[in-house]
Amino acid sequence: METPVAEQAKATEVSVEERHYNIIGTRPIRHDGADKVTGKALYGADVRLNGMLYGKVLRSPHAHARILSIDVSRALALPGVKAVVTSADLATLDSVVSRVGEGAVNWRYLSNNILASDKVLYHGHAVAAVAATSLNAANEALNLIDVQYEPLPCVITAVQAMRPGAPILLQELRTNELGARGEIPTNIASHDQNMRGDLERGFAEAAVIVEREFTTGIVHQGYIEPHTATAVWGTDDQITIWTSTQGAHDARRQVAEVLQLPVSRIKVIPMEIGGGFGGKTVIYLEPVAALLSWKSGNRPVQVTMSRFEVFAGTGPTSSSVIKVKMGSASDGRITAAQVTMAYAAGAFPGSPVGGAMSVILNAYRMENVQIDGYDVVTNTPRVAAYRAPGGTNAAFASESVIDELACKLGIDPLEMRRINGAKEGDRRVDGPLIRRIGYLETVEKARASAHYQSPLPAPSTPGLKVGRGVASGWWGNWPGGTSSVSVIVNNDGTVNLIEGSTDIGGSRVAMAMQLAETLGLQAADIKPMVVDTDSVGYNDVTAGSRTTYSTGIAVHKAGLSIIQQMRERAAQLWDVESASVDYADGVISSKDNHIGFKELARKVGDGDGNVVASISISPNGDGVALATHIVDVEVDEETGKVQILRYTAVQDVGTAIHPAYVEGQIQGGAAQGIGWALNEEYVYDQQGRLLNGSLLDYSIPTALDLPMIEAVIVEVPNPTHPFGVRGVGEVPIVPPAGAVANAIANATGVRMTVLPMSPQHVLEALWTQGNERV
Amino acid sequence: MASVWIPSLLRDLTGGIVEFRVSGDTVNDLLNTLDERYPGLRARLCDKDAIRPNIALVIDGLRSQKGLRERVAANSEVHFVPAISGGNLNNKSDLCRMS
Repeated sequence: METPVAEQAKATEVSVEERHYNIIGTRPIRHDGADKVTGKALYGADVRLNGMLYGKVLRSPHAHARILSIDVSRALALPGVKAVVTSADLATLDSVVSRVGEGAVNWRYLSNNILASDKVLYHGHAVAAVAATSLNAANEALNLIDVQYEPLPCVITAVQAMRPGAPILLQELRTNELGARGEIPTNIASHDQNMRGDLERGFAEAAVIVEREFTTGIVHQGYIEPHTATAVWGTDDQITIWTSTQGAHDARRQVAEVLQLPVSRIKVIPMEIGGGFGGKTVIYLEPVAALLSWKSGNRPVQVTMSRFEVFAGTGPTSSSVIKVKMGSASDGRITAAQVTMAYAAGAFPGSPVGGAMSVILNAYRMENVQIDGYDVVTNTPRVAAYRAPGGTNAAFASESVIDELACKLGIDPLEMRRINGAKEGDRRVDGPLIRRIGYLETVEKARASAHYQSPLPAPSTPGLKVGRGVASGWWGNWPGGTSSVSVIVNNDGTVNLIEGSTDIGGSRVAMAMQLAETLGLQAADIKPMVVDTDSVGYNDVTAGSRTTYSTGIAVHKAGLSIIQQMRERAAQLWDVESASVDYADGVISSKDNHIGFKELARKVGDGDGNVVASISISPNGDGVALATHIVDVEVDEETGKVQILRYTAVQDVGTAIHPAYVEGQIQGGAAQGIGWALNEEYVYDQQGRLLNGSLLDYSIPTALDLPMIEAVIVEVPNPTHPFGVRGVGEVPIVPPAGAVANAIANATGVRMTVLPMSPQHVLEALWTQGNERV
Repeated sequence: MASVWIPSLLRDLTGGIVEFRVSGDTVNDLLNTLDERYPGLRARLCDKDAIRPNIALVIDGLRSQKGLRERVAANSEVHFVPAISGGNLNNKSDLCRMS
């Protein structure tokens, strides 16, 4: 007997053998492509409204300080300045936690992050904002706001924050251990644990044990478009916000909570988005712009961050410290693993340590395992999601240790992963049984790849060292949330697809292709459009690799509704029972009657109403994605520089709806992972001030730094999606750091335990481990 | 009876027992039954009528969205696993407000 949950999933099951698609798997031109490459597409900062004011935000120069007073009188007196806001203009919210997107939000903390109240908790924390008739006047006004601070000692890393006697950021914070509340003030927001089996017995069975501690720095998503918001608080008290967001409905909900207004008074218009990667699931400027509009007499106000503000004032991802102890039998079977991981959440709780606890070992069968995860507040920006949140740090640690075990045992690293790799029916480290996944398929594909079968290239210069590394990654994705779409059949036979999922990586065309496949039309026959919050049902954020999965299911269901209606319309036309009408490949037929979709569409509008369908779903799903990467590196042991020579990323994508955009996601994720591995890191001084808040000093990889990344698609269809889709956007960032570290070890014999593996850190490792090379 | 797996941090309440077979139509039924045997267990997982936001409910390998209202079958397997990220979890939660 199927369980109710499984029954729901089974309703959309797809069989591998039944796959034969006309549209899915092809590479049509994306609907929004021409506008984007010709500069016609409108982004948030392109909004221009009559009488629009320009807003700027005053940010804390301190990493940790008590706010003693804020005097805005001189700023308000400056000609051109129309309004100033501080946290005094925000309601004091209850400390209530709600689930928003994949995570949880404490509304008081969200509000305090938008405008600091009694304390500033990081360098760059917003304190006040002004609106003026020009940017110059707004900037000048910031200098006239007098804020008196009492500086306090700060903590930048989780290790610092967890030390006894460390400065406490939030006096009310107590450690939560799955519902049990600690008694003393602390910076440790939570402790969670996954445990199974018998660790002692497992380690006793091991022939080899490796134990290492890894540290990783803070990394930003590095989206090119800064945050921006334009708001009009109308005289009718209706608020309209144009913004760059990964989820207009989530943004609306967050603004409503912060401003304590009903959602019906707020309309969010999602503009085209110049990258997000998780970082634009959180609001910063939207309520500020709205308040400035209200206080300036209902004039439109636009606030756009500088690059420094993006680095200093928005959520990067966590720094972390991760201890891994793992044992293996001589045959390569992992017998036990123990992990302790602390993730820095920044100023307010909510690091992705939970995600990290699943990533770190879920790709493998583990009978004896314990993982302890800690969420720790620090005097750094409150973190936001970043592509497989928490995953890159975690896999860097676990994949390095697995590689070292394989090395010590003389086992090929991919064979080590095959021996231990999880498959359907195995149990995840955190408990649940694994459904259909394609991990072992990625390992086999990687092993058979031309890259892995080829010898290492010779060094480009005598004396340089070359090495090859591999690593795998797991990401659970978010096969859920809510997606809503509306479909309208036009009387010329085209179809409008109205959706609310922000298009970040080509989801318009991916949705159009799924609807076209369902209806038997061409992708160009579908007109996908992303609309505002008043114009479509609720949609969760475009995040968690959920959109092609969840919104795709909604699109498919809407398509099935359209098919049924078209059958009924044809039945009326032919005066037959609708049950006798078939629909296949865009042709409706009954006995000797045949009519194409477009021809029928021209007829159905005549006095019988339109053919439309609206669907909203909240699927219980599963979309686990796995990847295996191979990298060749060249290491200069004199300078510590690491050059990527060749990179291959193999990934189980379920079904590739539009292979070009799937490959793009894989390449993009790998490129970001390589940047994280080699260069990217927030640098702070002793006072907790960010020193490298620009793209000159915070080095993200460019086309000159990377070779072409070969994306290898493996398709093991996901049975819970009508077309077999798994999310693809996140897991490719999980393996790169581990793969690069393993390649460096292969080249030099030195194990890297610090991210980034910048020249400085590589040289330090070479110097300190020089006599211990493996 | 459905199988309910106890998170490791709650096993002090159950004397170290990891898995229970429990009768009930919904997750709420299962937790109420367990709470009668092990008082306080439900409160560790739930706040009022909702599963805490730092916990993801997984039933038969699928991420559930209905929480306590999710129906289960006799052969269902119910897990409470760490969600991707938390928030401040010391306080009351409000999971049902969805705009």
